[in-house]
Amino acid sequence: MFAKFSAALAAVCLLGTPAFAQSAKLTDPQIAHIAYTAGVIDVTAAKQALSKSKNKEVIAFAKDMVRDHEAVNKQALGLVKKLKVTPEDNDTSRALTKQAADKQKELAKLSGAAYDKAYVANEVAFHKTVDNALEKQLIPSSSNAELKSLLETGLKIFEGHLQHAEHTLADLK
Amino acid sequence: MLSKHVWFAPMIVAAVLGSAPAHAETVRVTIDKLMFSPAVVKAKVGDTIEWVNNDILAHTATVKGDWDVVIPPKKSATLVVKKAGEFAYYCRFHPNMQAKLDVTN
Repeated sequence: MFAKFSAALAAVCLLGTPAFAQSAKLTDPQIAHIAYTAGVIDVTAAKQALSKSKNKEVIAFAKDMVRDHEAVNKQALGLVKKLKVTPEDNDTSRALTKQAADKQKELAKLSGAAYDKAYVANEVAFHKTVDNALEKQLIPSSSNAELKSLLETGLKIFEGHLQHAEHTLADLK
Repeated sequence: MLSKHVWFAPMIVAAVLGSAPAHAETVRVTIDKLMFSPAVVKAKVGDTIEWVNNDILAHTATVKGDWDVVIPPKKSATLVVKKAGEFAYYCRFHPNMQAKLDVTN
């Protein structure tokens, strides 16, 4: 019992955010749901940026997020349909969604350069969080080989997005 | 005897090859799961580089301040290399994708 508690504590510290604090092993339907949710969150954030930002680079970055995540989610939906896996809502997805909604409200109050910096800085933080979760939790916990492979490619994409966001943020300073 | 007539054959072959015009080649780079393969390619000035994108995502082959080729998902895009040099290129959308192109005259 103590080992399980300290493992869970280590997991929370490692993953650095309440959203990924689940100590029980995630199932494939839950993992699929989390991965899909992360994509939807980024598309929603990007759409807010497209409606608010006047900065060419930020707009281009947001368009890249929409394009990439819609393509990946389309592929993910195709895979779960083929595997007859129904994505299952769970505490992690709910926590991620709530965090994103709170951030969206915060960002809605900003405008101009302040908004641009806050949006991109959050994209950096969000992608770091998801990369970490994919690497340390979602990929190792996944059972189905095709799902695991999709998540591994997803990690490469998210790492790419992280760097893209960091470059964009550097250009805003 | 055969050997008596054949000794000059390599000279003729060399002469023909040496005088033939150089043909521009197409050098192919594939993109699969966010990786350029081969990671390093060599080409000559005038050659065409063809990037074949097998991913569902759009990528680019970009040299900052120089060329920028956008490669749509499941499509190809080409670039004729016009100058010699060592070009480290990357994908603007996924900067963790990096590769190199060595162009000689």
